Amino acid sequence: MAELQFTPSVASPRSFLALREFWKQFSKNRGAVAAGSLLLVLLLIAVFAPWLVPHSPIEQYRDSVKIPPAWLAGGSWHFVLGTDEAGRDILSRLMYGARLSLFIGFVSVVLALIPGIVLGLIAAFFAKWTDAPIMRSMDVLLALPSLLLAVAVVAVLGPGLANTMMAIGVVGLPGYVRLTRASALGELQKDYVTASRVAGAGSLRLMFSQVLPNCAAPLIVQGTLGFSTAILDAAALGFLGLGVQPPSAEWGAMLASARDYIDNAWWIVTMPGIAILITVLAINLLGDGLRDALDPKLKRMA
Amino acid sequence: MLRYFFRRIGMVIPTFIGITILAFALIHLIPGDPVEVMMGERAVDPQMHAAALHRFGLDLPLPVQYLHYIEHAARGDLGVSVVTNISVTNEFFTRFPATVELSLCALLFALIVGVPAGVAAALKRGSVVDHTVMGTALTGYSMPIFWWGLLLIMFFSVWLGWTPVSGRISVEFDEPVVTGFMLIDTWLSGDPGAFRSAVSHLILPTIVLGTIPLAVIARMTRSSMLEVLREDYIRTARAKGLSPARVIVMHALRNALIPVVTVVGLQVGTLLAGAVLTETLFSWPGIGKWLIDAIARRDYPVVQGGILLIATLVIVVNLLVDLLYGVLNPRIRHTR
Repeated sequence: MAELQFTPSVASPRSFLALREFWKQFSKNRGAVAAGSLLLVLLLIAVFAPWLVPHSPIEQYRDSVKIPPAWLAGGSWHFVLGTDEAGRDILSRLMYGARLSLFIGFVSVVLALIPGIVLGLIAAFFAKWTDAPIMRSMDVLLALPSLLLAVAVVAVLGPGLANTMMAIGVVGLPGYVRLTRASALGELQKDYVTASRVAGAGSLRLMFSQVLPNCAAPLIVQGTLGFSTAILDAAALGFLGLGVQPPSAEWGAMLASARDYIDNAWWIVTMPGIAILITVLAINLLGDGLRDALDPKLKRMA
Repeated sequence: MLRYFFRRIGMVIPTFIGITILAFALIHLIPGDPVEVMMGERAVDPQMHAAALHRFGLDLPLPVQYLHYIEHAARGDLGVSVVTNISVTNEFFTRFPATVELSLCALLFALIVGVPAGVAAALKRGSVVDHTVMGTALTGYSMPIFWWGLLLIMFFSVWLGWTPVSGRISVEFDEPVVTGFMLIDTWLSGDPGAFRSAVSHLILPTIVLGTIPLAVIARMTRSSMLEVLREDYIRTARAKGLSPARVIVMHALRNALIPVVTVVGLQVGTLLAGAVLTETLFSWPGIGKWLIDAIARRDYPVVQGGILLIATLVIVVNLLVDLLYGVLNPRIRHTR
């Protein structure tokens, strides 16, 4: 830490240094930086979709059904990526779809992360009474393959936006619980925890302001990767007709009926999938970069 | 050894009980009245309602219902489909071979392509080959497989006309069901046309379902191979003057594949989840499509039984993988 003496004193020099160290590591990975920038653009599109879209995502232009993309014969710059079977502008639908997908991804990660952290910390701190019940219940959830668990939850709750997020949150929960518990158990062995205890810190304070920040790195990585899984699972549920319901412009739901147009309107089939693939790929690249920069221990893992 | 076995099996029992509770609770968690939900739009008079409640045993106290459920499940009775009136276990096992056949083919495809790709990437670390393999693997890992399937159908079935669009075999072939595995049944029938038809129906679903395991296996093989190649015994083998091929295959790959085998075992869940999408896309008559159809028809006994059976399957396979790993690797069985 030779840089320490050159750092001007800011409000919190420690976190500033950590941030700089992180950025130094992270920016070496050009793929991750590019992916991060792409995601930023997607996020802006998602947030400002209502002002950016050329058309309404649900407006059906009845005299412009299945218009090909602009660069093809028969296409027009009026509908840049063409229109679907009902004459809706695909570009506008994709932009609104980004909104839905990123929203679903974000909410379902938060829905899994918060109870996951709390349960994981409880299992680690009060191992005697809570470890076995919490971890065995998580094993039950893990016994069902991810998408099947989501399908089961939707089977009970019924399809729809809120239930999709709920279902995907339940799927992600065991991963966060296990990760928090494992990291917290590692931290509990360390001297600073004993020192805080001796200094009279209560369990709650220890859990959330001492131990949790030190478990943050793997959780951030897992959360990022969970974000991409959530988007994929949401699209899969939409495709199966169990997720967000039409006419909402959800990427997976847009593909549900695409099969019927395989032989006469390939753009209806390809466009939503490209959007899903690019988004998920970018998140995974970003996650890999974050993992390498935040958690050098994990670097060697596949 | 035996102690490890029993300890590991003992750990599974609470999970299994949890699964039965989850499957049992499923029908009670549905908001609203289960009978009305199952009857759908039809009007239900009170008498019919009571009869249906009684038929499903829903008029008893919950713990009694659960015990009944367990008692029946232990005898292989998971109830009767509301739609077809056929027992759930029966329906499951008629469709199960189709899923197993597809999953095995997908796994085989993933291994045959993934392991050599991973080895090549590790040997040529940092080269174009490495970047291509890893880039492709990351793309495969990020792929929405239902869309990937749509693309393949569009390209190979519709534009090129090489492969059929859906199903397990063309309708003109009606071969007797012996094993339930289409490849074996058509082979036994001695009709080469039927066998070819079965194979051509399998190709696209195999690729679609195998894509994610392929990506995982390629990445895992690469990193495990890189690890092993750094070991001293590899340097020794090279120094002894053994041919590079022999060092790579006999010394490095053999050891590098141990973690890969574990990963393969853990792909069962991925395969079953992927089967739901693949089977729906290709109208493949397996358990994934069966479950989705049951949800659409609100056939709750099927949903309940299907989830119980699939979870049991995953638990059993994971247990077997763990036990096998304990046999292969003594370090595992002696740690707690």
